[in-house]
Amino acid sequence: MWLLSVRSLTKYFGGLSALKNFDLEVETGEIVGIIGPNGSGKTTFFNVLTGMYQADSGEVFLRDVKENILTKRTHHIITLGISRTFQNQRPFNNLSVLENLMVGGHCRTKGGIMSALLKLPGARRDRVWLKDWAHEVMSIFGDRLLSMKNNPAWNLSYANRRRLEIARALVSKPRVLLLDEPTAGMNPAESLQLVQNIQEINQRGVTVIVIEHDMNFIKRLCQRIVALDYGEKIIEGTYSEVRNHPKVIEAYLGQD
Amino acid sequence: MFWQQFITWINLGAMYALLAIGYTMVYGIIKLINFAHGEIFMCGAFFTWWFMTAASLPLPLSALIGILFATLLGVGVERIAYRPLRNAPRFAVVISVLGMSIFLQNMARIIWGAESQVFDVDFGISPIFIGSVIVPFKKIFILLTSLVLMIALALFIKKTYLGKAMRATSADREAAEMMGINVNSVITLTFAIGSAMGAIAGILYAINYNSIDPYMGFNAGMKAFAAAVLGGIGNIYGAMFGGILLGIFEGVGAAYISSMYRDAFAFAVLILVLIFRPQGLLGEGKSGEQAKAR
Amino acid sequence: MNKPRLDDLTGGSQITTQGPGLQKSPLVRMTEVFALSRWYTKLIIIFACLLIPFIVHSNYAMRVIIYICLYIVLALGLNVVMGFTGLLNIGHAAFYATGAYTSAILMTSYGIPFWLTVPIGMVVGFTFGLAIGFPTLRLRDDYLAMVTLGFGQIVYIVANNWMSLTRGPRGIPSIPPPCINFFRWHIVIDSYRAYYYLILLFVLLTVYACIRARDSRVGLAWMAIREDEDVAAVMGINLGFYKTLSFAFSAALGALAGSFFAVFQTFVSPNSFTILESVIIITIPILGGLGSIPGTIIGAIIMIGVPEIFRAASEYRMVAVGAFMVLMMIFKPEGLLGKKLYQQVYKV
Repeated sequence: MWLLSVRSLTKYFGGLSALKNFDLEVETGEIVGIIGPNGSGKTTFFNVLTGMYQADSGEVFLRDVKENILTKRTHHIITLGISRTFQNQRPFNNLSVLENLMVGGHCRTKGGIMSALLKLPGARRDRVWLKDWAHEVMSIFGDRLLSMKNNPAWNLSYANRRRLEIARALVSKPRVLLLDEPTAGMNPAESLQLVQNIQEINQRGVTVIVIEHDMNFIKRLCQRIVALDYGEKIIEGTYSEVRNHPKVIEAYLGQD
Repeated sequence: MFWQQFITWINLGAMYALLAIGYTMVYGIIKLINFAHGEIFMCGAFFTWWFMTAASLPLPLSALIGILFATLLGVGVERIAYRPLRNAPRFAVVISVLGMSIFLQNMARIIWGAESQVFDVDFGISPIFIGSVIVPFKKIFILLTSLVLMIALALFIKKTYLGKAMRATSADREAAEMMGINVNSVITLTFAIGSAMGAIAGILYAINYNSIDPYMGFNAGMKAFAAAVLGGIGNIYGAMFGGILLGIFEGVGAAYISSMYRDAFAFAVLILVLIFRPQGLLGEGKSGEQAKAR
Repeated sequence: MNKPRLDDLTGGSQITTQGPGLQKSPLVRMTEVFALSRWYTKLIIIFACLLIPFIVHSNYAMRVIIYICLYIVLALGLNVVMGFTGLLNIGHAAFYATGAYTSAILMTSYGIPFWLTVPIGMVVGFTFGLAIGFPTLRLRDDYLAMVTLGFGQIVYIVANNWMSLTRGPRGIPSIPPPCINFFRWHIVIDSYRAYYYLILLFVLLTVYACIRARDSRVGLAWMAIREDEDVAAVMGINLGFYKTLSFAFSAALGALAGSFFAVFQTFVSPNSFTILESVIIITIPILGGLGSIPGTIIGAIIMIGVPEIFRAASEYRMVAVGAFMVLMMIFKPEGLLGKKLYQQVYKV
């Protein structure tokens, strides 16, 4: 059963095409890996999908959402169930870990300025729920985030910031989780642990799309892999199919 | 009557244009507004006045000294308020430059007094008649000076090595640095030229209105900034065009709508341009916009 | 839930830089016992504030204290937009002016009681906040500064020229003092002591509103915008809504201060709401630390109190303010109690 369907997505930067007629169908409960050399349009795909960039053409559909989600405004997309992390680590630096996570749950809570000033019970209940839920999400990573929950994000280690971003995305209860190079800056042991974490998240019913350069990581994690180059899909298939495809080898190693 | 007024508007516009060039040049290089530019404009006029009255030098000489001093001041502003804050958040730089502007304005008030001073210049040349329109010589002088300066600047930027270095730095600072351009000197040069233009605008302004005060930089600066944004910030021709256009807008607004609110028109233009056409009339990039998110 | 939080002192809502196993120094433990989140600490502070008029007898000193309180309200309002949401606003005096003029006009021309003009003024301020917040949504720091500066100037020009409404530069004189009619009680607020209690009430209301807003979902959204706008949008925060709301909220608090100013001075004229006024207000949260409520209060005490001590040098006040802004940004941009700025970095 498909969950996310991307149809001939195209994005130009000036005259350069960062994405060209990109098609992708993601099944519910899958873990899909996206690989490709730098500048091949992987992150652009995430940026378009989450509404940070406006696509030039193409459509994206999400199950149970009637319209093309590219027509939605940026802040609305997360409520539909698409949430992401960032390649270049962008936690909210001056907020504590817990607060970072609570921002992730913004779209699942209610309460405006008046209910804040008047201490209305609805908003308070939401806040208590959100805190509990954030703690539960943090516990996916064991004690790593929980022990640091009152520390500001800038105080975290590189690996912990990656975990924080994943947790922040999860608090929004996404159906599709987009991970942009989650292991960058992690050591082999940490990235191995992250594989388990992501599998656990996946088992809880979250579909994952992950961009990664670390082929070992991809091999362990993903059932299906998509290779991109110059914004176009070269091939899509299992790890061994993609790994040995001549075009993928060419894209990564260049042509002699 | 209309043409009489029209000459006045164009005159005003030419001065805005000269001042707007300073904003736009600095913006082109460091991608930040120079809030202290209006104060350089004011100081240029005051230094000139000072040398004219206190040292009783002739106008051309005191103007030259005044421009020199104001230029040094402009370079000093960059050294003190911008350079230590490279790699600081933009927020901090804006506050620091704003502080610089407040400092200069009030320093001028303490040194030269808060009252307006008479800036008396007599060219001794009788007004010129063009048909039924009487044009005082000073207006022609202002217009010609502005025109010559603008052409000279355009040529400088287009033809000379330094001009090319400035354009290169504006387009891509890091690449320019790698090609062996000393970015620091380019920034200094930009501030120097921008400040000199601003100071000249200040002197012309003083000649036109025969009076100067320490607060003149604020309003003129805001309006010139509006002109720069109107033309498309970062674009020198845009600044010239925007300046003239703003002069006409303001004149028309004051003449046909309400003269009491003449100062408010420029601000209204600024806000409207930023809402509806943030890249300005001649600009390409979207100036001042940051959010990619919709 | 009820654990003391040191962080209230440093302006954060829930941040400690203490690691889990670190030994706490006695000083830290002391601050924890008297942390601002303790109910008895709050009570002690409020009680001390109530006692001030009985300790201070000089009218002049009372006047200075009232001014400090007035600027606390103004600066806390500005702190919402600058410190929480991270948007530069150099036109706060415009909102201050709307509150003052609304109260002044309604009280003198229409005889509406002060207590009614305060909420009306706040609504007018709120509307003005929407009016300036909405068009500037997409503007970057330096542009935002310029546009808010222009907006402040427009309000000043209008106040100076709309003779039929504001009487222009002549101002609105003889604004009556507020009075309380409660059954048999008739209290007229016209002594320094009474004015002090009135502004103290406003200060407490403002502090309360700011704390509640900061610790709510809305405050979190504001701070997320301050830290990283694009990420905040992707995390589901409606940038347009929350930025405009922060402007409007800040403006309403500015108007509250304005209403008090009108009855305290019994006279309003455009000269009280110039750009220099906005600049003075800005320096307060900058000194105290952007985003920090206790910092802003301390900032107001220093920025308004110190110039009063050096009254002889009042001519140099604005020069000092200008130099202060430059030096502060170079050497201590985070202020006394603020946090390091992690915003978009300015690269030449």
